[in-house]
Amino acid sequence: MSAISSKPGPGNLLRTQGAQKLLAFAGLIALVAGFSLASPNFMQTPNIIAILQAASVNGVLAVAATLIIITGGIDLSVGTGMTFCAVIAGVVLTYLGMPMPVGIAAAILAGTCSGLLSGTFVAKLKVPPFIATLGMMLILKGLSLVISGTRPIYFNDTPGFTDIATGSIVGMIVPAVPLPNGVVILFAVAGIASYILGRTILGRYAFALGSNEEALRLSGVNADRWKIAIYALGGSIVGVAGILIGSRLNSAQPALGLGYELDAIAAVVIGGTSLRGGQGTILGTVIGALIMAVLANGLRILSVAQEWQTVVTGSIIILAVYADMLRRQRAAAAG
Amino acid sequence: MSAAMETVQAAPLISMKGIDKSFPGVHALKSVNFEVRSGEVHALMGENGAGKSTLMKVLSGIYAADAGTIEHDGRPVEIASPRQAQEMGIGIIHQELSLMRDLNAAQNIFIGREPRTAGGLLIDEKKLNAEAAALFEQIHLKLDPRTPVSQLTIAKQQMIEIAKALSHKSRVLIMDEPTAALNDAEINELFRIIRKLKAEGVGIIYISHKMDELKRIADRVTVMRDGEYVGTVPAADTPVEKIISMMVGREISDEPPAIPDLADAETVLEVRNLNRGREVQDVSFSVKKGEILGFAGLMGAGRTEVARVIFGADPLASGEIFVHGRKITIKQPQDAVRAGIGYLSEDRKHFGLATGMDVATNVVMASLERFAGAGGVLKDPEIRAIARRYIDQLSIKTPSERQEARLLSGGNQQKVVVAKWLLRDCDVLIFDEPTRGIDVGAKSEIYRLLSQLAAQGRAIIVISSELPEILRLSHRIAVMCEGRLTGFLPGGAPQEEIMRLATQRNENRAPAGELSEDAKMGEKA
Ligand SMILES: Nc1ncnc2c1ncn2[C@@H]1O[C@H](COP(=O)(O)OP(=O)(O)OP(=O)(O)O)[C@@H](O)[C@H]1O
Ligand SMILES: [Mg+2]
Repeated sequence: MSAISSKPGPGNLLRTQGAQKLLAFAGLIALVAGFSLASPNFMQTPNIIAILQAASVNGVLAVAATLIIITGGIDLSVGTGMTFCAVIAGVVLTYLGMPMPVGIAAAILAGTCSGLLSGTFVAKLKVPPFIATLGMMLILKGLSLVISGTRPIYFNDTPGFTDIATGSIVGMIVPAVPLPNGVVILFAVAGIASYILGRTILGRYAFALGSNEEALRLSGVNADRWKIAIYALGGSIVGVAGILIGSRLNSAQPALGLGYELDAIAAVVIGGTSLRGGQGTILGTVIGALIMAVLANGLRILSVAQEWQTVVTGSIIILAVYADMLRRQRAAAAG
Repeated sequence: MSAAMETVQAAPLISMKGIDKSFPGVHALKSVNFEVRSGEVHALMGENGAGKSTLMKVLSGIYAADAGTIEHDGRPVEIASPRQAQEMGIGIIHQELSLMRDLNAAQNIFIGREPRTAGGLLIDEKKLNAEAAALFEQIHLKLDPRTPVSQLTIAKQQMIEIAKALSHKSRVLIMDEPTAALNDAEINELFRIIRKLKAEGVGIIYISHKMDELKRIADRVTVMRDGEYVGTVPAADTPVEKIISMMVGREISDEPPAIPDLADAETVLEVRNLNRGREVQDVSFSVKKGEILGFAGLMGAGRTEVARVIFGADPLASGEIFVHGRKITIKQPQDAVRAGIGYLSEDRKHFGLATGMDVATNVVMASLERFAGAGGVLKDPEIRAIARRYIDQLSIKTPSERQEARLLSGGNQQKVVVAKWLLRDCDVLIFDEPTRGIDVGAKSEIYRLLSQLAAQGRAIIVISSELPEILRLSHRIAVMCEGRLTGFLPGGAPQEEIMRLATQRNENRAPAGELSEDAKMGEKA
């Protein structure tokens, strides 16, 4: 029997909700420690920056995916949705020559609209989320290719666009910490999403949808509307990811995107969010994204072949979910 | 009791001694003793959260006790898992029904022990259904074994749980509030089964909040309070008042309502010619401000269905609904809530609670918008304060408002749902079995609250399968049978009169008198 805490509710809450984050966090620390011992190149500032930079796009997508997954749904369209948003930004900035803020707004709007659409399919037409977003995934991929004429759109005419992700405002203020903007954006998006989930009515309903949608409906809540709102919010975050990837590559690459959704879902799962819905945290997801980036980077530094990196990542996902299962069982046994 | 009997019963089937169990923040069992003998019905009584279900979960291998011993036939045993309990012949019918909704009745009963065919490769569906049908026969349940559980009322699900427990041929059978969802006929049926099992030497542990059942079925009664063992008394020669005071530690007075004069009161809700399939046929009635209208009838009479169509949970085929004299269209629950109608469902697990969320969130679930400031930001301290107020007011037993709802005892979960609708502050409140699984003390508290809500000017509809509850609460009684309203009676009408209307079948329908409720369920399925 594990120790029984005599503390009432709140302590208990921290214990159960904090545990997975702790678990994932401990995993992250262990990975970092392991790689630093294995290679002196790992803990170098440029490498750390590279890791964070690499985590930023997947991290932002994973935040979007977390919102949907908490409602008991899934979003397979985040990857190609991201590309679609980048292409829209490319069209607005490069083809139409509009100023940068307009391009950014257009990308986020495009993401929001695609989220609205997925949400409507799911909530109103009752298409299962897996199918609805699978369809959206293909639709958005196709549209990206059609709109761009299958050619990359470069942002050369928009000075400063690459700085959105790769510049460093923090570095300008504190030269010792050249933290790329992309990472700052990830933390900002994560912070906002976390606040929305934890503190607002939308967030509360997201959890309620995943926990017992019918009970929410019978409480007189317009469950469909809130569900659509969550998908739209997720879509707008995908728009942010679109800007980030466009900025990093200085181009919208219409063929890119497929496969990103699986990385995002992997980060969510490693971060302890249940695919059954009703529970999950953004912090866990961010840690999950970091774990994946550290893993990829560390294995590369150790010259592990790309093929094997994929095998390791897959194993880590299973391990993470297994560890989570164990924790839950122990929690259940302890009451 | 003769000396011979004493020796026969010397070694109880099961004897639990000094059982202790804590959950985080809750000391649920404090050195509890309990035993059950072969061939006896031993009732376990206590208020919501007293620890009855927890004690039974320890006995059935779901929880491990922190301390204490369990003896089986006089030998100390460890019961480490539900499987082990099953092997020892300990069966349990849980308070929270645990059937798989997407499987059918027969599949549920034989889950994990399906008869096989083709050398063990395939499930022998024919045999499966035949065996299930035989079990149903035993308990006089007329139901097609292939009916999916999701299509069954709670009462039918309960009967299936009973069939499942019987199929295990247990020597000790635990029934945790088996009658909470059953009507009188079904309860009689259950009691008949219990007596039969008793005669076969099965020891039965019986948990219920219905005091009248004690005298009818129990041999001995053990009372628990706040996780402690209070005492064991013979059921036959202990007055009910004594048992109640053992349970709650005080006396409870319950007087029927003074029926207010509502001649000039405004009509708040009026429905005309509601129709939906067989369950709701031409139902018209109205409720006035300050009135409590009780809906009596047998299980399956269509009362819940009437409530659900008014609330927009199920679509209406035809009919009109007026609130404050204005005709309104209700397509979904949110339309009803906007019009000021609240509905407390009879099935709290599926329709009432988000069990994975905390008590506070569940309490504010129907009124969350009220607690959102600019940008939808929730005022968490206010939410928690209001939740604490209801926790106090309804004496909800929970370590804090942050506790997950699923960790509360059954009766306390029910109180959380009641709190949700009290907070929403509707003009019309429909309570479908509001005191299901609620203990005597809390029951009278909820009755008091309902009367108070009515006195404050709300129109209240109470659907209940317990006649005493209908009589205790209602200013006026509507009786339904087979989807039709068969009549209205003044509050305090004699029970026989209500029963007569509740069984008044439609003459036009051919041999309706022969068709039992169950048969119709099966037909529909
Ligand atoms: N898994 C759990 N974790 C935390 N607390 C629990 C858990 N299970 C039960 N409790 C608490 O233990 C106490 C006893 O609960 P139990 O379910 O045994 O009550 P009960 O006597 O069956 O009540 P009811 O009549 O309402 O069903 C309650 O305060 C309940 O909240
Ligand atoms: Mg119980």
